[in-house]
Amino acid sequence: MRPARKRRLYLVLLILIGAAAFVSLAMWGLGEYKMFFFKPSQVVRGEAPPGRAFKIGGLVKEGSVRRDGKTVEFTITDTLADVVIRYTGSLPDLFREGQGIVADGRLNANGVFEATNVLAKHDENYMPPEVAEALKESGAMPPHELARPKPGAPRPLGAQ
Amino acid sequence: MITQLGHFSLVLALGIALLQAVLPLAGAHTGNRQWMGVARPAAQVQFVLLAIAFASLVWAFVNDDFSLLYVASNSNTAMPTIYKVSAVWGAHEGSLLLWAFILAIWSLAVTIFSRSLPLVYVARVLGIMGLISVGFLLFMLLTSNPFEAIFPAPFEGRELNPLLQDPGLAIHPPMLYMGYVGFSVAFAFAIAALLGGRLDAAWARWSRPWTTAAWIFLTIGIVLGSWWAYYELGWGGWWFWDPVENASFMPWLIGTALIHSLAVTEKRDTFKAWTVLLAIFAFSLSLLGTFLVRSGVLTSVHAFATDPDRGLFILVFLGIVIGGSLGLYAWRGKQIRSSGSFALLSREMLMLLNNMILVGLAAGTLLGTLYPLVMDALTGEKISVGKPWFDFIFMVVSPFLILLTGLGPLVRWKRHDKAELLRSLRVPAVVTVLSFIVAAAVFYAGDSPAFKVALGLALAIWIVATLMDSLLGKFANRRMSLAGLAGLGGGYWGMWLAHFGLAAFITGVTVVSAFAQQDDVTVKPGDSVTLAGYSFRFEGVTETRGPNYAAQRGSVFVYRDGKLVAELEPEKRVYSNAGMPMTEAAIDSNLARDLYVSLGEPLEDGSWLMRVYYKPLQSWIWWAGGLMALGGILAAADRRYRRILRREERQRENAQALLEELLGEAGAARAGGSN
Repeated sequence: MRPARKRRLYLVLLILIGAAAFVSLAMWGLGEYKMFFFKPSQVVRGEAPPGRAFKIGGLVKEGSVRRDGKTVEFTITDTLADVVIRYTGSLPDLFREGQGIVADGRLNANGVFEATNVLAKHDENYMPPEVAEALKESGAMPPHELARPKPGAPRPLGAQ
Repeated sequence: MITQLGHFSLVLALGIALLQAVLPLAGAHTGNRQWMGVARPAAQVQFVLLAIAFASLVWAFVNDDFSLLYVASNSNTAMPTIYKVSAVWGAHEGSLLLWAFILAIWSLAVTIFSRSLPLVYVARVLGIMGLISVGFLLFMLLTSNPFEAIFPAPFEGRELNPLLQDPGLAIHPPMLYMGYVGFSVAFAFAIAALLGGRLDAAWARWSRPWTTAAWIFLTIGIVLGSWWAYYELGWGGWWFWDPVENASFMPWLIGTALIHSLAVTEKRDTFKAWTVLLAIFAFSLSLLGTFLVRSGVLTSVHAFATDPDRGLFILVFLGIVIGGSLGLYAWRGKQIRSSGSFALLSREMLMLLNNMILVGLAAGTLLGTLYPLVMDALTGEKISVGKPWFDFIFMVVSPFLILLTGLGPLVRWKRHDKAELLRSLRVPAVVTVLSFIVAAAVFYAGDSPAFKVALGLALAIWIVATLMDSLLGKFANRRMSLAGLAGLGGGYWGMWLAHFGLAAFITGVTVVSAFAQQDDVTVKPGDSVTLAGYSFRFEGVTETRGPNYAAQRGSVFVYRDGKLVAELEPEKRVYSNAGMPMTEAAIDSNLARDLYVSLGEPLEDGSWLMRVYYKPLQSWIWWAGGLMALGGILAAADRRYRRILRREERQRENAQALLEELLGEAGAARAGGSN
């Protein structure tokens, strides 16, 4: 085989091997590190993996937020079921009752979700699509109301 | 009145953009010099029109013209003027106008700095940019018009999202867009080459400074966004692998591959077709990034537009641009033939590997970002791919890239003798391995991940050691004095600084990831918290007001060894119009460490929840970005791009272009040699 040909063959082989190695790495990583999202009703039904981190999302139930020093507990719901979440630290600024949040963490033995991370969205009108869909599926919200920020209906002067 | 003028200008700009696109491209195909000559003036007129449109929108914001829906939704009378200006691009419609305006700026730059380019080329490049402009102007006028009126006009507007009311974030979108849009120039050059069927070293030499300039802006934009997230979001993190962050990172990775590939094409007349393909990908990813941000398709911390109709438009536009350019590549790519062979051990080979890894990383980032979307569409399963996966991929793959980064400057073009290379690598290799061993030993005792730390530090030292080796080699070979250092050229020093910046980045990330500490505490006035040898004393909170917010300002004194080191004033603000609370962290930053305090919530007993961080070498991450950008500036400013072509060169190139017009395209060439 001519040297140029040989070199091209090496190159192609190198690229193929490299790509294969990378793809295997990526796929293995996905299996290992991906996180599933569950609705409260799924968690209550036992569909969430025990002992493995996952994401949960829903609306924060009115009047359910209870803080005890560093630790705070609140309940989220998709109107079909509730799950209590416990978190240590300060909650994000956009966290408020009646709004949608998403949390990462694990379910403990008592069925309380111990969150390592609580996320609320930047826009106060925005709802995470998964939460919106969960609510839609449970029939709690008219579909056309979901996930669309109302274009600025500005408030008159003086109103808060 | 002024805003109506602005609106009218926008519509006119669309017409001019159509002219700029159609006539020059048709003229390039048929050899009609008059049509080709339309390109420059059309681009210049479009710039003026878009400047008017943009200026009128700025005027509307600064003068509180709430008859425009966009202004009413994003501004109010109490906002400081600087944020009224930055509100112009703070939401969807205005940021599109900014994109279009920046495209007009780049087009104007092309008209000015292309005197030595054959007219055919200029016509094609500006024509392609005109087509892109048509796309964006149509998008605005059809779905996202910033000049849309609201009737009756309210007396007071809403608010710019308080998170965006910040100097860092005011400048971040313009910088980012300068980068994204700048890649359209490289893209236009690539398409022009495909259309013309010719690609030589001159093409690479023209493209390089433009591409590097775009890359510089993108680097600055990304670093600014990351820095902003760090001090504004209050979580102390600086990169979350958020889809919008990834959307800017992918074009950056491909852009980096592109500037390296262009170097090979210019110097060695090879990798040509690959460089064209990279230019297409870089711009396509810039557009894809726009799509990801605009359509709200992915759950993202940043998403601020959630209208699927708009997403559909961009999807179609993306399809036309990517499909069209790849189709053209498939059809015409064969005509671009590379000459020049290279050995297995050569700089070309290392650049090829560099490109493969960068493309792989970009592909990986794309995979991680889209995987949840695809799985949701296919199986309905809701999956999230987050930091753990991305960190894993990057930590496994980067060491190979960094190895190449050190080798590259030391290996010659075409072929390098293996024995000689091993000899020259002896010192850097020994230094690197020694540092690894020392670091591993030092950190093994503590509870930090010793292997990762040692690897990160060793890799950074590898880059620096090889850079010094390269520099000293230049000294020795040319018997140079210190004064001669400047003579090495912008290209060399640009590389040197940018790679050094990379080493600084790796060091910063390694140290801060391994050794940062944080604590969530409840404090009453007078309480102290100790972290990493620093004592944070909380002195309580006072009420204060800003122009459009009310705040509770905390006071924290930081001591080390009994001496006062910093006074920090974290705030909890409530913006009056939207009633939105916001945390304003307080940071004391120097080259050694960041001390970061943010207020959490007030508790019932009068104490406060507070979070304190100690982040060693955090600022190295920002400085590293600055170094990389500076390196890019030096490289782009290299004298050889600015050297006025010598008369013979110019005549030769024009004669060649003329010949092509006569032979390659239908139609007669006009008399007269130069454009």
